[in-house]
Order: sequence, then structure tokens, then C-alpha cells
Amino acid sequence: MVCAVRDLVKTYPAVRGRRGAPALPETRANDGISLEVRRGEVFGLLGPNGAGKSTLVRQLTGLMRPDEGTVTLLGHDLVRHPERAARLLAYLGQESTALDELTVALAAETTGRLRGLGAREARTARDEVLEELGLTAIAGRPLKKLSGGQRRLACFASALVGERPVLVLDEPTTGMDPVARRAVWAAVDRRRERHGATVLLVTHNVIEAETVLDRVAVIDQGKVIACDTPAGLKARVSDEVRLELVWRTAPPLEVPAVAELAPRAAESGRRWVLRLGQDEARAAVAAVTGGPAFAALDDFTLATPSLEDVYLALGGRMKGLVKS
Amino acid sequence: MTDVAAAVPGVLAPRARFFPALAAVYRAQLSRARVARIPLLFVATFQSVGIMILMRGVVDGGGGSEARAVVAGSSVLVVAFVALNLLAQYFGQLRASGGLDHYATLPVPPASVVLGAAAAYASFTLPGTLVTAVFGCVLFGLPMGGLWILAAVVPLAGAALAGLGAALGLLAPRQELATLAGQLGMSAALLLGVLPPERMPDVIVWARDLLPSTYGVQAFAETFAPHPHWSAVVLDLGVCGAVGVLSLAVATWAYRRAAVR
Repeated sequence: MVCAVRDLVKTYPAVRGRRGAPALPETRANDGISLEVRRGEVFGLLGPNGAGKSTLVRQLTGLMRPDEGTVTLLGHDLVRHPERAARLLAYLGQESTALDELTVALAAETTGRLRGLGAREARTARDEVLEELGLTAIAGRPLKKLSGGQRRLACFASALVGERPVLVLDEPTTGMDPVARRAVWAAVDRRRERHGATVLLVTHNVIEAETVLDRVAVIDQGKVIACDTPAGLKARVSDEVRLELVWRTAPPLEVPAVAELAPRAAESGRRWVLRLGQDEARAAVAAVTGGPAFAALDDFTLATPSLEDVYLALGGRMKGLVKS
Repeated sequence: MTDVAAAVPGVLAPRARFFPALAAVYRAQLSRARVARIPLLFVATFQSVGIMILMRGVVDGGGGSEARAVVAGSSVLVVAFVALNLLAQYFGQLRASGGLDHYATLPVPPASVVLGAAAAYASFTLPGTLVTAVFGCVLFGLPMGGLWILAAVVPLAGAALAGLGAALGLLAPRQELATLAGQLGMSAALLLGVLPPERMPDVIVWARDLLPSTYGVQAFAETFAPHPHWSAVVLDLGVCGAVGVLSLAVATWAYRRAAVR
């Protein structure tokens, strides 16, 4: 086991309202979180914004002390020795302000130096990582002048300079195009094969979670509501399918079959999303594709459940998971 | 903990050593000048040159104590603008935006980060200070033979003011307050630094004595005299150095406090 978290609790104190800023009540961002990450796996924390993922990660990286609970990373107690985290893991946070005005090459090299590499080692590691991620051509440009996805990739490159057995990546592929995303996951895979690196990934992207994660902890309102492989989680709702209907204008509620479905649909604009049993879904598709309802139908899709459906089926109450 | 691997703690990677880390931070910060700081350096120099032109209207040239104070004060003002004001803003912004996390998750001594940034900001000021001093000497007819003292004044006043700027930036509860504190500090250096203290009321003189930039101004102004009191120069620079050590120590403590919340 690489990382073990037991009964982690973190509460943010209430914030008194100032002029122009509303008061915030006390927030229990992590409410008794326990999980175990095994060596060499890509372990995901999936949840909508505000679920408590980043708070959890800040405690795993020694940036924040928990109120209660323990964090053990590679046998080191990080609650007692938070400063050891920097010598065990590489962290890619969501912010790049510390690197924004540096060139891609200098950001990577400086980070390597500050990770304890010698001058020559840092330069070699920098060149290797930039080459690996296809950043050599823009090595001389400041991060500030790059697109969001390129900047993110440059920050990811900095995180890789100076190998660490554990990588903690907080939404690493935000804003990236598919090519850059593939470069990220290929680089992660190489590190797993070469050194058995372990990856802890924070994401609110369900498609990414399904494709790259070995196991995933679903987090909602500060609690782990499920922890399993993506396939294992999906098996919990395997008797259901997702039916999406897009109407041309208004839904034809005068058709009895459509009126029956209406209360069970999650509506957003002209789109209805329904989670139905397989037989029900078949009947619903037959009803809307034949007869008068079909004239009002613009498009429909029938799909097996995604992790988003799992999240909702497990009682997840917040919106904000992304599918792209 | 059923795993055998968990029983044997993982190997800790080495820490970054103090001087190499300092050098890396310094180099990175210095490179930021190319991207972000050159316009501001221009502003800093232009402001000081403008003040000297303004003062030339009321102060006679030819080496009087007023002329020395104006030139020395305007030159050190460049240091105050960049090292105090801009560094306070930089650290305030870094802290507010979560940029400190980057450094806090690297095994780097806090003092390396603070000293590296402070040294870089102090270095930014050297060209502007030199330009201001030379222009001032020409404008007020002062001898340029003593300008070598800037090689001591800029780093020492720079350390004191950059330490103060870093501490303000890291301690301010909000980014706007960091900016405000930096601006006020620079304004104080401007208002109290460019005129000789003889004509000021006592209260103002005390306030002036509390400002670390004052000692840099006094040391520099003294070297324009026909026979400078070198002991006074050394004493003034010593005060700058001592304030620098103290304020940088406070800034390092403030960095630790800000990095782990």
C-alpha cells in the first residue's frame, strides 16, 4: 500500500460577512474520509466541484493539517511530518501563478532544481520531459503567453522533472486538446511501467475517470460514497440504461406515453435525461419513435450507465460532473 | 497496514540544498523581469527622474545639502518602488492565488525562496538607481566619483526594503492590503526620503528614522560631500544590513506560516 487515509476530518471555520461579501457558515469539507491507494495504480477522486476533493489532496500533500485522522504515505506519517510529503511526491496543483512568467524550459528546470536535482541533472531531466510531452518547440515561450491547455501541459512537465514514486495530479488535463491529453496519460503509463509510480488523480470528468482510472473513490459533500473499479461501480447500476431525448420544441405531453415519462425526466432545455430499467427503456423508445411523439422528437440516444449515473444512483446530490 | 512495503518507510528524496535552491529561485525571478518587469522599472526610474526635475525648480545646484538629499533620496526611491512595493504585491498575489503551493510542495528551504526573490527584486533596481543617480548628478552638478557606493547601498537598502516588502506581502490577510501596504511604504520613502531632515518637525524626523530606506539615503548623500564621514556611511549601511537580516528573517517566518495553512 502506498497511501492510507483514516477518518480524515477537516472543517473550515465560519467566515464573518464583510461589506460586499456574504457570511459563510462553518464547512465540514472532509467528513471522516478513509481510503487506501495501492502501489502502481491510478487512483481517482471523482466528485463535483465543492465535494471536498481538493481539501483532501491538500492534506495528502502536506499543505494542510487535518483536524482529525491520519495520513500515511509510503510509511511516513504526514500529519506529524507534513514536510516529508515534498520528498515523496510530486504535486500538480490547479494554479500556475508561480510559474506563469517563466519560460516552459526554465519552469521545468527550476522545479527540478528545487526538487533537489543538480544543475546538470535538472537540465537533462528537463530536456527529456519536454521532448516526451512534445513541448520542445515552445520551450522558449513564457507560460503566460500559451493557451490554457499548453500551459497546463507545461505545468505537468514541471511536475515530472525529478522523479517521485507518487504523483498527485489535481485536474491535470483541464483545457487540454485530445493530443495533449494522450501525451499526459502516455507519460503517466511510462512512469508506472518503469518505476511502478502511483498516481492519485483528482477529476470531475467522468469520461476521463472511466478510461484512465484503476480505482475510483466517489466523493460527495465531504464523504466517500463509493470506492471501487469503474467497471465495478457501473455494475451496481447495470440493470439501468440512460435514455436521452431531445425535442424539436416543446415535449408532446398530449401523448400519454410521453406524459408518463415526464415526471421521471431530468430536464435541461429541450433535453430530457431518463434513467430507466432495460424493459422500461425499450418500451419508452418504442413509444417515442413510433406514433405522434416521433414528429416532435429531434434526437435520442440510449447508453449504458456512466460514472455520472453511478454518482446519482449512489445519492450524489450536487451537479457539476463533466462529460468531455 | 497488511502490506510489507508499508512496514518499511519509503526512501525520502534529498532536500534541495540552500544555495543551489537560492540560485535557482534567483535566476527564475530574474528571468521574470524580461516578461513582466521592464515597464515597471521604466516607471520607477521615470518617477524618480521626474521628482528630481521638479525639485530642481526649488533647490539650487552646486552641491548643497538639499541637492545631495534630493539626488540620494530619488535614487533610493527606485529601490523602494521595486523591492518594497512590487515585491509586496508579488508575494501578496502569489499567496492569494495559491501560487505558494508550488514552492510548498517542493523540498526547498523557505529561506531560499524568500531570499532568492528578494535578491532578484533588489537586482532589478540597480540599473534604474544608477540612471537616476547619474542624471541627478548632472542636473544638480554633483560629483560622480562617489557613485561606486551604490554597489553597497543598493544591495543593503535592497535587502532591508525587499525583506519588508516580502514580509508585508506574506503577512497581509488579503491581497489588496498587501498592495496597499507596499504602496504606502513606497510613498513614505518618497515623502520622507527626498528632502534633508533639518527643516522637518521632530515628529516627521522620528517617522523618517523608522524607515529603513532613510539610512540608505543618508549613506549615499554623505558620499557627495567634499570630505565624507566614512564612519557615518558605514554606520548607516550597517543599519540597513541589520534591518535587512531582521526583515528577511521575519519574511521567512511569514512564508512558512503562509505556505502551510
